[in-house]
Amino acid sequence: MDVKYINPLLSGTRNVFMTMAQIDLTPGKPYLKKDREAQGDISAILGLTGEVEGSLSVSCTQQLICQAVTNMLGELFQEIDDDVKDAMGELANMISGDARRILSENGLTIKGGIPTIISGTNHGVRHFTSGPVIAIPFECAFGHLTVEVAFSA
Amino acid sequence: MPEKDLRILVVDDFATMRRMIKNILKQLGYTHIEEADNGQAAWSLLETREIDLVISDWNMPTMTGLELLKAVRSDERFKDLPFIMVTAEGQQENVIEAAQNKVSQYVVKPFNADTIAGKIESVI
Repeated sequence: MDVKYINPLLSGTRNVFMTMAQIDLTPGKPYLKKDREAQGDISAILGLTGEVEGSLSVSCTQQLICQAVTNMLGELFQEIDDDVKDAMGELANMISGDARRILSENGLTIKGGIPTIISGTNHGVRHFTSGPVIAIPFECAFGHLTVEVAFSA
Repeated sequence: MPEKDLRILVVDDFATMRRMIKNILKQLGYTHIEEADNGQAAWSLLETREIDLVISDWNMPTMTGLELLKAVRSDERFKDLPFIMVTAEGQQENVIEAAQNKVSQYVVKPFNADTIAGKIESVI
């Protein structure tokens, strides 16, 4: 696993959730993911293009994403509805942007696409390349979140 | 015009982000807020409403925030309109491109309310 991809995603995810939703995420140990099963109740996936090609996904448990959106908008959200799905897309967009900003400071320029949202029990996350999938788990009081990235081999 | 009478146009394809920015603006005392979900819809509003400040995302379908900025700056009616880009695109090349197209201020997401307030203060 290449830490040059892991560290920007790790700091980007924590920065986005703390700044926008006041949620402190604790990162776990990154691992190589073998299956396509999402790690949460809702996922966002977007393409990455430029000096490397691939995709990035963010998967959240329902309670975590609902708490995040509650904090972001100052209204109570308890179920995954259209507002929560929209917020999920924006959070994934910001995580992508923050991680790509850090990577660009280290000389790697990548563009991010517009996220697609997937939700529902046992939904799958299919990355856009066949390269290895790096997964970074995060935990907090409200549940867990997994960020995944896959690049062309 | 009293500062809090500013007519502000918020442009972002994500409704959540438009709501967050609107909430911040309302907390700051601004009440005349229009919104659009892409650059083309924003341009239509600019042509039909009096707008004093644009706060726009960059990556949007139909017409991006950069395309909107270029359209604004090339139109004699809007060339001096304050325009704040609020975007997840924080790479230096993006900031430079926006500056070259005369963006008034640039905010990289994620952001907090103080950042938005400060940027608005600097352009009005």
